[in-house]
Amino acid sequence: MADIAAEAAVPFAARQRPPAAVVGPAAWARTNLFGSWWSTALTLLIGYLALRFAWGFVSWGLVHAVWSVPHNDAGQPNSAPCRAVIGIGACWAVISDKYRFILFGFYPYDEQWRPLVCIALFLGLYGVSANRRFWRRELGLVWIAVLALIMLLMHGSATLGMTVVTDDRWGGLPLTLILATFGLALAFPLAVMVALGRRSRTMPAVRLLCVVYVELIRGVPLISLLFMSSVMFPLFMPQGVNFDNLLRAQVAIILFAAAYLAEVVRGGLQALPKGQYEAADALGLSYGRKTRLIVLPQALRIVIPPLVNTFIGFFKDTSLVLIIGIYDLLQSGRAAVDDPVWQGFGNEVYILLAAIYFCFCFAMSKYSRGLERGFSRSRVR
Amino acid sequence: MSVTADAIPEVQSAVKAGAAPAIVLEKVSKWYGSMQVLRDITLTIAQGERIVICGPSGSGKSTTIRCINRLESHQEGRIVVDGTELTDDLRALDTIRREVGMVFQSFNLFPHLTILENCTLAPIWVRKMPKAEAEELAMDYLRRVKIPEQAKKYPGQLSGGQQQRVAIARALCMKPKIMLFDEPTSALDPEMIKEVLDTMIGLAETGMTMVCVTHEMGFAQKVADRVVFMDRGEIVESGTPARMFNDPQTDRLKLFLSQILRGH
Amino acid sequence: MSGTAADPRYAAPRAAPRRRMRLSWSDPLLRNLFWQVVVIGGVVLLVWYLVGNTSRNLQARHIATGFRFLTQSAAIPIGESPIPYTPSVSTYGRALLIGILNTLRVSVIGVVLATVLGTLIGIGRLSKNFLLAKFTALYVEVLRDIPVLLQLFFWYGLLQHLPGTRQALHPIAGVFLSNRGIKLPWVDWERGDTGAVVAFVLGAVLTWLWSRRAAARQARTGVRPATWPVALLLLVVFPVAVWAALGAPFSLDVPALHGFNFQGGITLSPEFAALLVGLVIYTSSYIAEIVRSGIEAVAQGQWEAAFALGLPHGIVLRQIVLPQALRVIVPPMTSQYLNLIKNSSLAVAIGYQDIVSIAGTTLNQTGQAIEGVAIIMAVYLTFSLSISAFMNWYNAHIALVER
Repeated sequence: MADIAAEAAVPFAARQRPPAAVVGPAAWARTNLFGSWWSTALTLLIGYLALRFAWGFVSWGLVHAVWSVPHNDAGQPNSAPCRAVIGIGACWAVISDKYRFILFGFYPYDEQWRPLVCIALFLGLYGVSANRRFWRRELGLVWIAVLALIMLLMHGSATLGMTVVTDDRWGGLPLTLILATFGLALAFPLAVMVALGRRSRTMPAVRLLCVVYVELIRGVPLISLLFMSSVMFPLFMPQGVNFDNLLRAQVAIILFAAAYLAEVVRGGLQALPKGQYEAADALGLSYGRKTRLIVLPQALRIVIPPLVNTFIGFFKDTSLVLIIGIYDLLQSGRAAVDDPVWQGFGNEVYILLAAIYFCFCFAMSKYSRGLERGFSRSRVR
Repeated sequence: MSVTADAIPEVQSAVKAGAAPAIVLEKVSKWYGSMQVLRDITLTIAQGERIVICGPSGSGKSTTIRCINRLESHQEGRIVVDGTELTDDLRALDTIRREVGMVFQSFNLFPHLTILENCTLAPIWVRKMPKAEAEELAMDYLRRVKIPEQAKKYPGQLSGGQQQRVAIARALCMKPKIMLFDEPTSALDPEMIKEVLDTMIGLAETGMTMVCVTHEMGFAQKVADRVVFMDRGEIVESGTPARMFNDPQTDRLKLFLSQILRGH
Repeated sequence: MSGTAADPRYAAPRAAPRRRMRLSWSDPLLRNLFWQVVVIGGVVLLVWYLVGNTSRNLQARHIATGFRFLTQSAAIPIGESPIPYTPSVSTYGRALLIGILNTLRVSVIGVVLATVLGTLIGIGRLSKNFLLAKFTALYVEVLRDIPVLLQLFFWYGLLQHLPGTRQALHPIAGVFLSNRGIKLPWVDWERGDTGAVVAFVLGAVLTWLWSRRAAARQARTGVRPATWPVALLLLVVFPVAVWAALGAPFSLDVPALHGFNFQGGITLSPEFAALLVGLVIYTSSYIAEIVRSGIEAVAQGQWEAAFALGLPHGIVLRQIVLPQALRVIVPPMTSQYLNLIKNSSLAVAIGYQDIVSIAGTTLNQTGQAIEGVAIIMAVYLTFSLSISAFMNWYNAHIALVER
């Protein structure tokens, strides 16, 4: 305490003001925009292009855009106003007219509150899982409960007085979220087992099996697995047994996701200090207890940021299911402009879809980066 | 930090009276953004002189010596090294960096090159020395820092103390006239500090002009011709080690010394 | 240590005792064996069950397994093919080969362009210029977060929206953009051109030899003979001289509109162009991040130490920074290359005939589902495994150099 007082009492020379060349907006611009002739040229070029692009976009997307079109007596939209401004202005009317189809696909119009609630449930589930306070065992139960509820809502149940909607009519954003989230949730346990199997020293045959599985899946594109699910899966089943398209695609995504997740989990197992394994052995814990109580809780915590990054990848990759005829968000958007009225306005829809995908992925990647930073900080301490 | 003080023999001063000064700093000021880190630093270092700069962390010691070989640029004032003024002129910069060797707190050896390659890189590319000659020179300096047997290894295989001695040898291979040391022992475990200090003392005995930022007061007492105390970006007090440690004039130096002595 | 065995003061070393398995549940060896038998047995049973079902199903549908269909003539129309092909005459085997070649064509060009673009963007993110740094950051952030398939559709839609051939866009001389594809001028290949290419390759080899000689000379005398004048001479002047000596043939085959179509030049089909642009832009956003983090991984202290030694900027970059950055960059970079190759399979969605597309058509026409999927997987596994083999070699090589 005395030291601090003494320090404060020490006289200091008055702080000099830096020369004007060092601070202030002019100095900032000089160092960051006009540091050299090369930098100046870049600044001018990028500034020019950015302004031109921004102006072009504002003019196309706002000033000359058509936001809605008149409908005839039968409720049919008339896209003539849009056709009049092709190349000059955007036709956002396609979105205001078709947004429910883009978001929910062929789901019955009057029941579309159900998929909407499902989207809200998904968002809530992500929100809760993102919060570190809730990283407990019970979170697993919450996931099971919410996913079951989503299934019930989407499918409906005659006994509860809800209209049954079979999954060939599901589509749009809820379907994309279902494929990605169920894919992750079901692939995860498989991935943990494969990762543990691949690290096993005492069971070479199991290890080999896991290595072959992971390398095989990671070596081929997702499309080939989806193809397999759509053309080979029916051959695998006994005669008379048939799974629908969506379920088969979901299985392919799970198998695909599990191989990638297994590598992420293996990274976490490797990052765990050897001392943790030894300490658990010294306590006399069996393999199962050691894994469940000591190893996994720590390893999984380490891999959450890369896990989120892998999930972003699956979320984007679910769009590939349209190749085997499933109406995910992307395919619903494409189908919306198959309507002869709206043909040729695909780019407006693509911009909307890109914005939706971007919002989800950007939020997740921001979150995972924040988490990484938090982890590295706590490790330093 | 007097662990090693008793073990160090007094080194005779090598200052050449009447020769041109090796380094001149004149009213040097520097800012990071709007924060001033150096205020009117004025310091003249004679050829063969050994200067120790000390002071609390954040006092501008490291910045000062990094300005001497222009790893940082100053914004006001003049710096003249070995007769060449430091400006934006790249040729002047090349000349000065050839004459000034530097040793860093975190060694900064090149991890992908062997010890020998670390030492020969600059002589080959800057001094245009044939490879065989450069290797001979490097081995010579590695012998002086007492690790010739490690020449074929990579930095990652050496202890911290050994790495720092390699870093000293690497700098010496350029045959510099002036050596700068930026807290060379701060990143080392206590048992390795002595080996690095011994190397530095050996170097001092050859009459090299040295500027050291260090907290090793024992080293300062035995080797330095002059101790410069810096605080909050300015030189507060300077003088012979004996005068500085036994008869500090300013309250800030007194406070600093009391903290250092109590701390260890 | 060799003396230990003969030293009478020490007991002779003996071999470690062999571990015997006990027939008891508390024996870990037996337990491990048991679990392995359970797991492998389960997998074998599953496979046996599936194979059984499959063969029954195939029998019921009267499909004969095997690769005999490869020699049958294929009724697949193929738009672009690097080797001669006639529908209904050429075989399925040839069609599939074209698919592989088309995959390779878009992948190889894509990898090269994505690397160049990604590296430029990655370096741009480290720029001191505020606008450039922000612009490249935006590029990376936006393009990584939009599915590549959506991007492909976007580019394809854009290309299809181009005007017809008669109103083709004509941004610079010889280049035409229309909904039938992109037309580029191409040189009429003649003997002189071949000569110039041969001269260039020869020049490259000689330049390499010269730089080795320069290095040896530097080791001996300390002075490195300048490389760039020799390189200029061998790589530019020499090929030009050969080309001139062979009559300096130069006639560009410039596309021109004749009636409803273009003649001359080379064509990039809309499908190929959209796939290439989409893959390159998407992958470059990942490569940019790899390059950036690779450069950032080289600690500031390395630059400082090198500068403090008086090394010039170029040497610091070549001898200190790049070798260290490449170690960080190469492994994730190869996995991005692999991703690009795998993503090229999305060609099927916009109608470029890569291996997946042609194998898919084959599979529909012949009903040979298992063989078709097996061919697709085998092709991609070959790419993947050869790239991982390279990676293992590279990592081992680096590990050797490091320690």
